[in-house]
Amino acid sequence: MKTASNPSDHKTTQPLAAEFNLLQIRQDFPVLKQTIRGKPLVYLDNAATTQKPQCVMDAIVGFYAFDCSNVHRGVHELSRRATESYEGARLKVQKFLNAAESREIIFVRGATEGINLVAHSFLRPTLQPGDEILISAMEHHSNIVPWQMLCEERGAILRVAPINDLGELIMEAFEQLLSPRTRLVAITHVSNALGTITPIRHIISLAHGKGVPVLVDGAQAVAHMPVDVQELDCDFYVFSGHKLYGPTGIGVLYGNSELLEKMVPFQGGGDMISSVTFEKTTYNTLPYKFEAGTPNIAATIGLGAAIDYVSAIGLKNIAAHEHQLLAYATEAFARIPGVRLIGTASKKAAVLSFLVDGVHPHDIGTILDQDGVAIRAGHHCAQPVMARFGIPATTRASFGVYNTTAEIDALVAGIYKVKEIMG
Amino acid sequence: MADLRDLYQQIIVDHSRSPRNCRVLQGASLSAEGDNPLCGDHVTLYVQMEGERVKDISFQGNGCAISTASASLLTEMLKGKTRAEAEALFESFHDVVTGAPYVEKPGAPALGKLAVFAGVSQFPLRVKCATLVWHTLKAALNQIKEPVSTE
Ligand SMILES: Cc1ncc(COP(=O)(O)O)c(C=O)c1O
Repeated sequence: MKTASNPSDHKTTQPLAAEFNLLQIRQDFPVLKQTIRGKPLVYLDNAATTQKPQCVMDAIVGFYAFDCSNVHRGVHELSRRATESYEGARLKVQKFLNAAESREIIFVRGATEGINLVAHSFLRPTLQPGDEILISAMEHHSNIVPWQMLCEERGAILRVAPINDLGELIMEAFEQLLSPRTRLVAITHVSNALGTITPIRHIISLAHGKGVPVLVDGAQAVAHMPVDVQELDCDFYVFSGHKLYGPTGIGVLYGNSELLEKMVPFQGGGDMISSVTFEKTTYNTLPYKFEAGTPNIAATIGLGAAIDYVSAIGLKNIAAHEHQLLAYATEAFARIPGVRLIGTASKKAAVLSFLVDGVHPHDIGTILDQDGVAIRAGHHCAQPVMARFGIPATTRASFGVYNTTAEIDALVAGIYKVKEIMG
Repeated sequence: MADLRDLYQQIIVDHSRSPRNCRVLQGASLSAEGDNPLCGDHVTLYVQMEGERVKDISFQGNGCAISTASASLLTEMLKGKTRAEAEALFESFHDVVTGAPYVEKPGAPALGKLAVFAGVSQFPLRVKCATLVWHTLKAALNQIKEPVSTE
Protein backbone atom coordinates (compact mmCIF):
# COMPACT_ATOMS: atom_id res chain seq x y z
CA MET A 1 0.00 0.00 0.00
CA LYS A 2 1.42 3.36 -0.98
CA THR A 3 1.34 6.27 1.41
CA ALA A 4 1.39 9.99 0.81
CA SER A 5 5.04 10.12 1.82
CA ASN A 6 5.75 8.67 -1.58
CA PRO A 7 5.99 11.74 -3.82
CA SER A 8 4.71 9.89 -6.87
CA ASP A 9 1.44 9.48 -5.03
CA HIS A 10 0.14 12.85 -6.10
CA LYS A 11 -0.42 11.42 -9.53
CA THR A 12 -1.75 8.06 -8.52
CA THR A 13 -4.91 8.53 -6.56
CA GLN A 14 -6.87 5.93 -8.38
CA PRO A 15 -6.55 2.29 -8.93
CA LEU A 16 -5.35 0.11 -6.16
CA ALA A 17 -7.27 -2.68 -7.74
CA ALA A 18 -8.48 -2.88 -11.29
CA GLU A 19 -12.12 -2.82 -10.22
CA PHE A 20 -11.69 0.40 -8.24
CA ASN A 21 -12.53 3.14 -10.70
CA LEU A 22 -12.78 6.43 -8.85
CA LEU A 23 -14.09 8.41 -11.82
CA GLN A 24 -16.87 5.91 -12.37
CA ILE A 25 -17.71 5.87 -8.67
CA ARG A 26 -18.05 9.65 -8.65
CA GLN A 27 -20.42 9.38 -11.61
CA ASP A 28 -22.63 7.12 -9.53
CA PHE A 29 -23.39 9.93 -7.06
CA PRO A 30 -25.54 12.64 -8.66
CA VAL A 31 -25.13 14.99 -5.69
CA LEU A 32 -21.40 15.33 -6.39
CA LYS A 33 -22.05 16.96 -9.76
CA GLN A 34 -23.23 20.22 -8.23
CA THR A 35 -21.40 23.40 -7.44
CA ILE A 36 -21.80 25.44 -4.27
CA ARG A 37 -21.39 29.18 -4.81
CA GLY A 38 -19.64 28.40 -8.07
CA LYS A 39 -17.18 25.88 -6.60
CA PRO A 40 -17.44 22.11 -6.97
CA LEU A 41 -18.96 20.48 -3.90
CA VAL A 42 -16.27 18.83 -1.78
CA TYR A 43 -18.17 16.57 0.56
CA LEU A 44 -16.03 15.60 3.55
CA ASP A 45 -18.73 14.97 6.13
CA ASN A 46 -19.17 11.27 5.51
CA ALA A 47 -19.03 10.30 9.17
CA ALA A 48 -22.24 12.29 9.69
CA THR A 49 -23.94 10.75 6.68
CA THR A 50 -22.83 9.53 3.28
CA GLN A 51 -24.24 10.52 -0.09
CA LYS A 52 -26.39 8.04 -1.99
CA PRO A 53 -25.55 6.42 -5.33
CA GLN A 54 -28.16 6.47 -8.09
CA CYS A 55 -28.81 2.72 -7.68
CA VAL A 56 -30.01 3.26 -4.09
CA MET A 57 -32.40 5.98 -5.19
CA ASP A 58 -33.59 3.82 -8.07
CA ALA A 59 -34.33 0.95 -5.69
CA ILE A 60 -36.42 3.22 -3.46
CA VAL A 61 -38.28 4.82 -6.36
CA GLY A 62 -38.74 1.40 -7.97
CA PHE A 63 -40.42 0.08 -4.87
CA TYR A 64 -42.86 2.99 -4.75
CA ALA A 65 -43.41 3.03 -8.50
CA PHE A 66 -44.05 -0.68 -9.03
CA ASP A 67 -44.18 -2.77 -5.87
CA CYS A 68 -45.66 -0.57 -3.17
CA SER A 69 -47.46 -2.77 -0.70
CA ASN A 70 -47.24 -3.91 2.88
CA VAL A 71 -45.06 -6.90 3.71
CA HIS A 72 -45.85 -10.29 5.20
CA ARG A 73 -49.59 -9.89 5.00
CA GLY A 74 -50.95 -9.63 1.50
CA VAL A 75 -52.18 -12.38 -0.77
CA HIS A 76 -51.67 -10.26 -3.84
CA GLU A 77 -48.81 -9.90 -6.28
CA LEU A 78 -47.55 -6.53 -5.03
CA SER A 79 -47.30 -7.78 -1.48
CA ARG A 80 -45.45 -10.85 -2.67
CA ARG A 81 -42.92 -8.65 -4.46
CA ALA A 82 -42.55 -6.24 -1.55
CA THR A 83 -42.02 -9.10 0.87
CA GLU A 84 -39.51 -10.72 -1.44
CA SER A 85 -37.49 -7.51 -1.75
CA TYR A 86 -37.71 -6.78 1.97
CA GLU A 87 -36.58 -10.27 2.96
CA GLY A 88 -34.05 -10.18 0.14
CA ALA A 89 -32.46 -7.20 1.85
CA ARG A 90 -32.19 -9.21 5.05
CA LEU A 91 -30.28 -11.91 3.17
CA LYS A 92 -27.97 -9.26 1.74
CA VAL A 93 -27.23 -7.93 5.23
CA GLN A 94 -26.65 -11.47 6.48
CA LYS A 95 -24.09 -12.06 3.78
CA PHE A 96 -22.56 -8.60 4.26
CA LEU A 97 -21.90 -9.26 7.96
CA ASN A 98 -21.37 -12.99 7.44
CA ALA A 99 -24.00 -13.78 10.05
CA ALA A 100 -24.75 -17.48 10.51
CA GLU A 101 -28.50 -17.10 10.03
CA SER A 102 -30.78 -14.49 8.46
CA ARG A 103 -33.03 -14.49 11.56
CA GLU A 104 -30.12 -12.90 13.41
CA ILE A 105 -30.61 -9.74 11.34
CA ILE A 106 -33.12 -7.36 12.93
CA PHE A 107 -34.15 -4.24 11.03
CA VAL A 108 -34.26 -1.12 13.20
CA ARG A 109 -34.24 2.63 12.57
CA GLY A 110 -30.51 2.96 13.00
CA ALA A 111 -27.56 2.23 15.28
CA THR A 112 -29.21 4.23 18.06
CA GLU A 113 -32.36 2.14 18.02
CA GLY A 114 -30.34 -1.07 17.86
CA ILE A 115 -28.48 -0.11 21.03
CA ASN A 116 -31.70 0.89 22.78
CA LEU A 117 -33.25 -2.44 21.77
CA VAL A 118 -30.41 -4.36 23.40
CA ALA A 119 -30.63 -2.18 26.52
CA HIS A 120 -34.35 -2.79 26.82
CA SER A 121 -34.72 -6.40 25.72
CA PHE A 122 -31.43 -7.97 26.73
CA LEU A 123 -30.13 -6.19 29.81
CA ARG A 124 -33.07 -4.47 31.46
CA PRO A 125 -35.03 -7.54 32.58
CA THR A 126 -32.17 -8.98 34.61
CA LEU A 127 -29.95 -6.03 35.51
CA GLN A 128 -29.42 -5.83 39.29
CA PRO A 129 -28.29 -3.01 41.54
CA GLY A 130 -24.48 -3.00 41.62
CA ASP A 131 -24.17 -4.71 38.22
CA GLU A 132 -21.81 -2.99 35.79
CA ILE A 133 -21.86 -2.01 32.14
CA LEU A 134 -18.47 -1.30 30.59
CA ILE A 135 -18.07 1.19 27.76
CA SER A 136 -15.09 3.23 26.50
CA ALA A 137 -14.18 6.91 26.74
CA MET A 138 -14.63 7.36 22.99
CA GLU A 139 -18.27 6.39 22.59
CA HIS A 140 -20.86 8.33 20.63
CA HIS A 141 -23.69 9.63 22.85
CA SER A 142 -25.85 6.82 21.40
CA ASN A 143 -23.65 4.28 23.10
CA ILE A 144 -23.56 6.17 26.41
CA VAL A 145 -27.01 7.54 27.15
CA PRO A 146 -29.09 4.32 26.81
CA TRP A 147 -26.76 2.61 29.32
CA GLN A 148 -26.80 5.60 31.62
CA MET A 149 -30.61 5.62 31.63
CA LEU A 150 -30.69 1.91 32.37
CA CYS A 151 -28.10 2.21 35.16
CA GLU A 152 -30.10 4.99 36.75
CA GLU A 153 -33.28 2.96 36.63
CA ARG A 154 -31.71 -0.22 38.00
CA GLY A 155 -29.04 1.12 40.36
CA ALA A 156 -26.34 -0.35 38.12
CA ILE A 157 -22.96 1.25 37.47
CA LEU A 158 -21.55 2.56 34.19
CA ARG A 159 -17.79 1.95 33.94
CA VAL A 160 -15.69 3.78 31.37
CA ALA A 161 -12.42 2.41 30.01
CA PRO A 162 -10.01 5.31 29.45
CA ILE A 163 -8.11 6.27 26.29
CA ASN A 164 -4.57 7.62 25.91
CA ASP A 165 -3.43 10.89 24.33
CA LEU A 166 -3.41 9.32 20.88
CA GLY A 167 -7.05 8.32 21.29
CA GLU A 168 -6.38 4.61 21.76
CA LEU A 169 -8.12 2.44 24.28
CA ILE A 170 -5.83 1.64 27.24
CA MET A 171 -6.10 -2.13 27.21
CA GLU A 172 -4.67 -2.78 30.68
CA ALA A 173 -7.25 -0.45 32.18
CA PHE A 174 -10.00 -2.07 30.13
CA GLU A 175 -8.98 -5.49 31.37
CA GLN A 176 -8.97 -4.31 34.98
CA LEU A 177 -12.42 -2.80 34.61
CA LEU A 178 -13.84 -6.12 33.41
CA SER A 179 -15.16 -7.36 36.73
CA PRO A 180 -17.28 -10.25 37.97
CA ARG A 181 -20.14 -7.73 38.01
CA THR A 182 -19.74 -6.68 34.38
CA ARG A 183 -22.93 -7.65 32.54
CA LEU A 184 -22.15 -6.20 29.13
CA VAL A 185 -19.32 -4.53 27.23
CA ALA A 186 -20.64 -1.95 24.74
CA ILE A 187 -17.91 -0.49 22.60
CA THR A 188 -17.35 1.22 19.30
CA HIS A 189 -15.58 -0.44 16.38
CA VAL A 190 -14.44 2.92 14.99
CA SER A 191 -14.60 6.23 16.87
CA ASN A 192 -16.56 8.88 14.98
CA ALA A 193 -14.70 11.75 16.65
CA LEU A 194 -11.14 10.38 16.49
CA GLY A 195 -11.14 7.74 13.78
CA THR A 196 -9.56 5.18 16.10
CA ILE A 197 -10.14 1.55 15.10
CA THR A 198 -10.45 -0.33 18.38
CA PRO A 199 -8.81 -3.76 18.79
CA ILE A 200 -12.27 -5.24 18.80
CA ARG A 201 -11.28 -8.88 18.31
CA HIS A 202 -9.01 -8.71 21.37
CA ILE A 203 -11.65 -6.84 23.41
CA ILE A 204 -14.22 -9.50 22.63
CA SER A 205 -11.92 -12.37 23.54
CA LEU A 206 -11.03 -10.71 26.87
CA ALA A 207 -14.71 -10.14 27.66
CA HIS A 208 -15.73 -13.63 26.63
CA GLY A 209 -12.90 -14.99 28.75
CA LYS A 210 -14.87 -13.64 31.68
CA GLY A 211 -18.24 -14.69 30.31
CA VAL A 212 -19.27 -11.12 29.40
CA PRO A 213 -21.25 -10.52 26.19
CA VAL A 214 -20.20 -7.69 23.85
CA LEU A 215 -22.17 -5.19 21.78
CA VAL A 216 -20.18 -3.54 19.01
CA ASP A 217 -21.22 -0.13 17.67
CA GLY A 218 -20.30 -0.48 14.02
CA ALA A 219 -21.87 2.79 12.81
CA GLN A 220 -18.49 4.10 11.61
CA ALA A 221 -17.02 0.77 10.58
CA VAL A 222 -19.24 -1.01 8.07
CA ALA A 223 -18.70 1.47 5.23
CA HIS A 224 -14.94 1.46 5.67
CA MET A 225 -13.76 -2.13 6.21
CA PRO A 226 -14.99 -5.70 5.84
CA VAL A 227 -16.88 -6.89 8.93
CA ASP A 228 -17.44 -10.54 9.80
CA VAL A 229 -19.51 -11.01 12.94
CA GLN A 230 -18.65 -14.71 13.21
CA GLU A 231 -14.96 -14.02 12.95
CA LEU A 232 -15.27 -11.22 15.53
CA ASP A 233 -17.41 -13.52 17.66
CA CYS A 234 -19.45 -10.52 18.89
CA ASP A 235 -22.85 -10.99 20.52
CA PHE A 236 -24.44 -7.86 19.08
CA TYR A 237 -23.42 -5.56 16.22
CA VAL A 238 -25.29 -2.41 15.19
CA PHE A 239 -25.03 -0.01 12.27
CA SER A 240 -27.03 2.64 10.38
CA GLY A 241 -27.85 2.43 6.69
CA HIS A 242 -27.31 6.13 6.06
CA LYS A 243 -23.59 5.96 6.83
CA LEU A 244 -23.27 3.09 4.33
CA TYR A 245 -24.50 5.01 1.26
CA GLY A 246 -28.04 3.86 2.08
CA PRO A 247 -31.12 5.80 3.20
CA THR A 248 -31.89 7.26 6.62
CA GLY A 249 -34.44 5.58 8.86
CA ILE A 250 -33.03 2.08 8.47
CA GLY A 251 -30.36 0.26 10.41
CA VAL A 252 -29.42 -3.18 11.56
CA LEU A 253 -29.04 -5.03 14.81
CA TYR A 254 -27.20 -8.30 14.44
CA GLY A 255 -27.65 -10.55 17.47
CA ASN A 256 -26.50 -14.02 18.25
CA SER A 257 -29.63 -16.16 17.86
CA GLU A 258 -29.18 -17.86 21.22
CA LEU A 259 -29.35 -14.50 22.98
CA LEU A 260 -32.09 -13.08 20.74
CA GLU A 261 -34.27 -16.12 21.46
CA LYS A 262 -34.15 -15.43 25.19
CA MET A 263 -34.84 -11.70 24.91
CA VAL A 264 -38.17 -10.00 25.50
CA PRO A 265 -39.71 -7.99 22.63
CA PHE A 266 -38.79 -4.32 22.26
CA GLN A 267 -42.15 -2.97 21.12
CA GLY A 268 -45.56 -4.56 20.85
CA GLY A 269 -47.76 -4.46 17.77
CA GLY A 270 -48.50 -6.13 14.48
CA ASP A 271 -45.99 -8.47 12.83
CA MET A 272 -44.28 -9.33 16.11
CA ILE A 273 -47.04 -11.71 17.24
CA SER A 274 -48.11 -15.16 16.17
CA SER A 275 -51.47 -15.08 17.97
CA VAL A 276 -53.35 -12.59 20.10
CA THR A 277 -56.31 -12.98 22.45
CA PHE A 278 -57.20 -10.59 25.21
CA GLU A 279 -55.84 -13.11 27.69
CA LYS A 280 -52.55 -13.94 26.04
CA THR A 281 -50.31 -13.05 23.14
CA THR A 282 -47.78 -15.44 21.69
CA TYR A 283 -44.80 -13.71 20.15
CA ASN A 284 -43.60 -14.35 16.66
CA THR A 285 -40.30 -16.07 15.96
CA LEU A 286 -37.03 -14.32 15.13
CA PRO A 287 -36.48 -11.87 13.60
CA TYR A 288 -40.12 -10.69 13.59
CA LYS A 289 -40.38 -10.71 17.38
CA PHE A 290 -38.33 -7.50 17.25
CA GLU A 291 -39.97 -5.88 14.24
CA ALA A 292 -43.31 -4.57 15.50
CA GLY A 293 -45.48 -2.62 13.09
CA THR A 294 -45.07 -1.86 9.40
CA PRO A 295 -41.35 -1.42 8.81
CA ASN A 296 -39.56 1.14 6.65
CA ILE A 297 -39.88 -1.08 3.59
CA ALA A 298 -38.52 1.34 0.98
CA ALA A 299 -35.48 2.21 3.08
CA THR A 300 -34.78 -1.45 3.77
CA ILE A 301 -34.79 -2.15 0.05
CA GLY A 302 -32.57 0.91 -0.42
CA LEU A 303 -30.16 -0.49 2.15
CA GLY A 304 -30.05 -3.76 0.23
CA ALA A 305 -29.09 -1.81 -2.91
CA ALA A 306 -26.39 0.08 -0.98
CA ILE A 307 -24.91 -3.20 0.22
CA ASP A 308 -24.89 -4.51 -3.34
CA TYR A 309 -23.14 -1.30 -4.38
CA VAL A 310 -20.31 -1.36 -1.84
CA SER A 311 -19.92 -5.12 -2.19
CA ALA A 312 -19.40 -4.78 -5.94
CA ILE A 313 -16.60 -2.26 -5.34
CA GLY A 314 -15.28 -4.39 -2.50
CA LEU A 315 -14.83 -3.28 1.10
CA LYS A 316 -11.13 -4.10 0.93
CA ASN A 317 -10.72 -1.76 -2.02
CA ILE A 318 -12.70 0.95 -0.26
CA ALA A 319 -10.57 0.55 2.86
CA ALA A 320 -7.37 0.77 0.83
CA HIS A 321 -8.55 3.87 -1.04
CA GLU A 322 -9.61 5.65 2.12
CA HIS A 323 -6.41 4.69 3.87
CA GLN A 324 -4.51 6.36 1.08
CA LEU A 325 -6.65 9.49 1.44
CA LEU A 326 -6.10 9.53 5.19
CA ALA A 327 -2.34 9.16 4.82
CA TYR A 328 -2.28 11.92 2.18
CA ALA A 329 -4.37 14.27 4.35
CA THR A 330 -2.42 13.50 7.52
CA GLU A 331 0.80 14.37 5.77
CA ALA A 332 -0.58 17.52 4.21
CA PHE A 333 -1.89 18.69 7.59
CA ALA A 334 1.44 18.03 9.25
CA ARG A 335 2.89 20.72 6.98
CA ILE A 336 0.37 23.43 7.95
CA PRO A 337 1.72 25.50 10.83
CA GLY A 338 -0.53 25.82 13.87
CA VAL A 339 -2.65 22.77 13.10
CA ARG A 340 -3.02 19.96 15.62
CA LEU A 341 -4.61 16.59 14.92
CA ILE A 342 -6.89 15.15 17.59
CA GLY A 343 -6.87 11.37 17.32
CA THR A 344 -3.56 9.97 16.14
CA ALA A 345 -4.06 6.29 16.91
CA SER A 346 -1.83 3.85 15.08
CA LYS A 347 -4.93 2.20 13.56
CA LYS A 348 -7.35 4.72 12.11
CA ALA A 349 -10.25 4.85 9.69
CA ALA A 350 -11.12 7.74 7.42
CA VAL A 351 -11.53 10.52 9.99
CA LEU A 352 -9.33 13.60 10.44
CA SER A 353 -10.25 15.66 13.51
CA PHE A 354 -8.17 18.78 13.99
CA LEU A 355 -7.72 22.16 15.63
CA VAL A 356 -6.35 25.33 14.10
CA ASP A 357 -4.52 27.53 16.59
CA GLY A 358 -6.71 30.36 17.83
CA VAL A 359 -9.61 29.64 15.47
CA HIS A 360 -12.86 28.07 16.60
CA PRO A 361 -14.04 25.07 14.54
CA HIS A 362 -17.36 26.75 13.82
CA ASP A 363 -15.60 29.64 12.06
CA ILE A 364 -13.49 27.16 10.08
CA GLY A 365 -16.73 25.44 9.03
CA THR A 366 -18.25 28.67 7.73
CA ILE A 367 -15.14 29.72 5.83
CA LEU A 368 -14.71 26.30 4.19
CA ASP A 369 -18.40 26.20 3.33
CA GLN A 370 -17.97 29.41 1.32
CA ASP A 371 -15.75 27.39 -1.00
CA GLY A 372 -18.08 24.41 -1.13
CA VAL A 373 -16.03 22.30 1.29
CA ALA A 374 -18.42 20.51 3.67
CA ILE A 375 -16.94 19.39 6.99
CA ARG A 376 -18.31 19.09 10.50
CA ALA A 377 -17.50 21.42 13.38
CA GLY A 378 -18.55 20.65 16.92
CA HIS A 379 -18.42 17.93 19.53
CA HIS A 380 -19.58 15.17 17.13
CA CYS A 381 -22.03 13.79 19.72
CA ALA A 382 -19.01 12.71 21.73
CA GLN A 383 -18.71 15.39 24.41
CA PRO A 384 -16.76 13.08 26.76
CA VAL A 385 -14.10 12.71 24.05
CA MET A 386 -13.84 16.49 23.83
CA ALA A 387 -13.58 16.69 27.63
CA ARG A 388 -10.82 14.04 27.58
CA PHE A 389 -8.76 16.27 25.30
CA GLY A 390 -9.76 19.44 27.16
CA ILE A 391 -11.34 21.08 24.11
CA PRO A 392 -14.91 22.15 23.37
CA ALA A 393 -14.99 21.07 19.75
CA THR A 394 -12.97 20.01 16.74
CA THR A 395 -13.22 20.38 13.01
CA ARG A 396 -13.64 17.00 11.36
CA ALA A 397 -13.09 15.93 7.79
CA SER A 398 -14.24 12.38 7.10
CA PHE A 399 -13.72 10.50 3.88
CA GLY A 400 -15.78 8.17 1.76
CA VAL A 401 -15.41 6.00 -1.29
CA TYR A 402 -15.82 8.92 -3.73
CA ASN A 403 -13.31 11.36 -2.25
CA THR A 404 -10.11 12.31 -4.05
CA THR A 405 -6.73 13.74 -3.14
CA ALA A 406 -7.70 16.83 -5.14
CA GLU A 407 -10.52 17.34 -2.65
CA ILE A 408 -8.05 17.11 0.19
CA ASP A 409 -5.98 19.76 -1.58
CA ALA A 410 -9.12 21.95 -1.60
CA LEU A 411 -9.51 21.37 2.13
CA VAL A 412 -5.89 22.30 2.77
CA ALA A 413 -6.23 25.46 0.66
CA GLY A 414 -9.31 26.28 2.72
CA ILE A 415 -7.35 25.99 5.95
CA TYR A 416 -4.80 28.48 4.64
CA LYS A 417 -7.64 30.83 3.80
CA VAL A 418 -9.00 30.42 7.33
CA LYS A 419 -5.62 31.44 8.70
CA GLU A 420 -5.52 34.45 6.43
CA ILE A 421 -8.99 35.69 7.36
CA MET A 422 -8.76 34.98 11.06
CA GLY A 423 -5.05 35.74 11.34
CA MET B 1 -13.92 36.44 -0.31
CA ALA B 2 -15.97 39.62 -0.17
CA ASP B 3 -18.78 37.92 1.72
CA LEU B 4 -16.46 36.40 4.29
CA ARG B 5 -14.87 39.77 4.96
CA ASP B 6 -18.36 41.14 5.64
CA LEU B 7 -18.76 38.48 8.31
CA TYR B 8 -15.28 38.53 9.75
CA GLN B 9 -14.79 42.29 9.90
CA GLN B 10 -11.59 43.51 11.48
CA ILE B 11 -13.38 44.58 14.68
CA ILE B 12 -14.93 41.15 15.05
CA VAL B 13 -11.65 39.32 14.53
CA ASP B 14 -9.95 41.72 16.94
CA HIS B 15 -12.56 41.28 19.68
CA SER B 16 -12.57 37.51 19.25
CA ARG B 17 -8.79 37.41 19.62
CA SER B 18 -8.63 39.82 22.55
CA PRO B 19 -12.05 39.89 24.15
CA ARG B 20 -12.77 42.82 26.47
CA ASN B 21 -14.25 42.35 29.95
CA CYS B 22 -13.60 38.65 29.80
CA ARG B 23 -13.43 37.73 33.48
CA VAL B 24 -15.54 36.69 36.43
CA LEU B 25 -17.19 39.69 38.05
CA GLN B 26 -16.88 39.17 41.79
CA GLY B 27 -20.07 40.01 43.63
CA ALA B 28 -22.13 40.51 40.48
CA SER B 29 -25.76 41.04 41.39
CA LEU B 30 -27.01 39.18 38.30
CA SER B 31 -25.66 36.40 36.16
CA ALA B 32 -26.91 33.88 33.62
CA GLU B 33 -25.59 31.12 31.43
CA GLY B 34 -26.16 30.47 27.76
CA ASP B 35 -25.47 27.45 25.56
CA ASN B 36 -25.47 26.86 21.87
CA PRO B 37 -25.74 23.05 21.83
CA LEU B 38 -25.19 22.88 18.09
CA CYS B 39 -21.60 24.09 18.24
CA GLY B 40 -20.83 23.84 21.93
CA ASP B 41 -20.62 27.58 22.57
CA HIS B 42 -20.99 28.43 26.22
CA VAL B 43 -21.16 31.84 27.88
CA THR B 44 -21.61 33.09 31.43
CA LEU B 45 -22.60 36.72 31.76
CA TYR B 46 -22.13 38.76 34.96
CA VAL B 47 -23.94 42.02 35.55
CA GLN B 48 -23.51 44.45 38.42
CA MET B 49 -26.52 46.76 38.58
CA GLU B 50 -26.69 50.07 40.37
CA GLY B 51 -30.37 50.90 40.53
CA GLU B 52 -31.61 50.73 36.95
CA ARG B 53 -28.14 51.13 35.46
CA VAL B 54 -25.51 48.59 34.47
CA LYS B 55 -22.54 49.55 36.63
CA ASP B 56 -20.25 46.79 35.45
CA ILE B 57 -20.60 43.81 33.15
CA SER B 58 -18.33 40.95 32.13
CA PHE B 59 -18.44 37.51 30.57
CA GLN B 60 -16.58 34.26 30.42
CA GLY B 61 -16.97 31.52 27.92
CA ASN B 62 -15.94 29.47 25.09
CA GLY B 63 -17.10 30.00 21.59
CA CYS B 64 -16.54 30.89 17.99
CA ALA B 65 -15.28 34.26 16.80
CA ILE B 66 -18.80 35.57 16.23
CA SER B 67 -20.13 34.67 19.66
CA THR B 68 -16.97 35.80 21.46
CA ALA B 69 -16.85 39.13 19.64
CA SER B 70 -20.55 39.61 20.24
CA ALA B 71 -20.10 39.06 23.97
CA SER B 72 -17.08 41.35 24.10
CA LEU B 73 -18.82 44.17 22.23
CA LEU B 74 -21.98 43.74 24.28
CA THR B 75 -20.07 44.33 27.49
CA GLU B 76 -18.40 47.41 26.00
CA MET B 77 -21.70 48.84 24.82
CA LEU B 78 -23.78 48.21 27.89
CA LYS B 79 -21.68 49.70 30.63
CA GLY B 80 -23.64 52.64 32.02
CA LYS B 81 -26.83 51.86 30.09
CA THR B 82 -30.20 51.41 31.76
CA ARG B 83 -32.15 48.18 31.70
CA ALA B 84 -34.65 49.66 29.22
CA GLU B 85 -31.85 50.85 26.94
CA ALA B 86 -30.25 47.41 27.04
CA GLU B 87 -33.47 45.75 26.01
CA ALA B 88 -34.08 48.25 23.22
CA LEU B 89 -30.54 47.72 21.97
CA PHE B 90 -31.13 43.96 21.80
CA GLU B 91 -34.09 44.59 19.52
CA SER B 92 -32.02 46.76 17.22
CA PHE B 93 -29.19 44.25 17.26
CA HIS B 94 -31.57 41.45 16.40
CA ASP B 95 -32.81 43.40 13.39
CA VAL B 96 -29.25 43.98 12.24
CA VAL B 97 -28.14 40.34 12.39
CA THR B 98 -31.30 39.00 10.81
CA GLY B 99 -31.22 41.57 8.05
CA ALA B 100 -34.55 43.17 9.02
CA PRO B 101 -34.87 46.75 7.82
CA TYR B 102 -33.41 49.04 10.44
CA VAL B 103 -36.05 51.03 12.22
CA GLU B 104 -34.97 53.32 14.99
CA LYS B 105 -36.53 52.13 18.23
CA PRO B 106 -37.77 54.78 20.64
CA GLY B 107 -35.30 55.06 23.48
CA ALA B 108 -32.76 52.76 21.84
CA PRO B 109 -29.15 53.91 22.04
CA ALA B 110 -27.20 54.20 18.81
CA LEU B 111 -25.90 50.89 17.46
CA GLY B 112 -22.34 52.14 17.30
CA LYS B 113 -19.82 49.35 16.76
CA LEU B 114 -22.58 46.75 16.85
CA ALA B 115 -23.31 47.68 13.25
CA VAL B 116 -20.35 45.48 12.23
CA PHE B 117 -22.58 42.47 12.81
CA ALA B 118 -24.67 43.31 9.74
CA GLY B 119 -22.61 40.78 7.76
CA VAL B 120 -24.05 37.98 9.88
CA SER B 121 -27.38 38.35 8.10
CA GLN B 122 -25.83 36.76 4.99
CA PHE B 123 -24.98 33.67 7.07
CA PRO B 124 -28.26 32.49 8.58
CA LEU B 125 -26.54 29.55 10.31
CA ARG B 126 -24.50 32.00 12.36
CA VAL B 127 -27.26 34.25 13.68
CA LYS B 128 -27.53 32.16 16.84
CA CYS B 129 -23.83 32.66 17.52
CA ALA B 130 -24.28 36.42 17.45
CA THR B 131 -27.43 36.50 19.57
CA LEU B 132 -26.51 33.91 22.23
CA VAL B 133 -25.00 36.46 24.62
CA TRP B 134 -27.94 38.83 24.12
CA HIS B 135 -30.42 36.11 25.05
CA THR B 136 -28.23 35.40 28.03
CA LEU B 137 -28.32 39.08 28.98
CA LYS B 138 -32.09 39.03 28.89
CA ALA B 139 -32.09 35.98 31.18
CA ALA B 140 -29.72 37.70 33.59
CA LEU B 141 -31.81 40.87 33.72
CA ASN B 142 -34.94 38.79 34.33
CA GLN B 143 -33.15 36.54 36.81
CA ILE B 144 -33.92 33.35 34.92
CA LYS B 145 -31.99 30.52 36.52
CA GLU B 146 -32.27 27.87 33.79
CA PRO B 147 -29.40 28.15 31.27
CA VAL B 148 -30.48 29.76 28.00
CA SER B 149 -30.30 27.51 24.96
CA THR B 150 -30.38 28.55 21.33
CA GLU B 151 -32.02 25.28 20.30
C1 LIG C 1 -20.04 5.75 16.41
C2 LIG C 1 -21.48 6.09 16.23
N1 LIG C 1 -22.41 5.42 16.91
C3 LIG C 1 -23.71 5.67 16.77
C4 LIG C 1 -24.17 6.66 15.93
C5 LIG C 1 -25.65 6.91 15.83
O1 LIG C 1 -26.13 6.64 14.58
P1 LIG C 1 -27.64 7.01 14.21
O2 LIG C 1 -27.83 8.44 14.60
O3 LIG C 1 -27.71 6.78 12.74
O4 LIG C 1 -28.52 6.08 14.98
C6 LIG C 1 -23.24 7.40 15.20
C7 LIG C 1 -23.70 8.49 14.31
O5 LIG C 1 -23.15 9.56 14.26
C8 LIG C 1 -21.87 7.11 15.35
O6 LIG C 1 -20.95 7.80 14.68
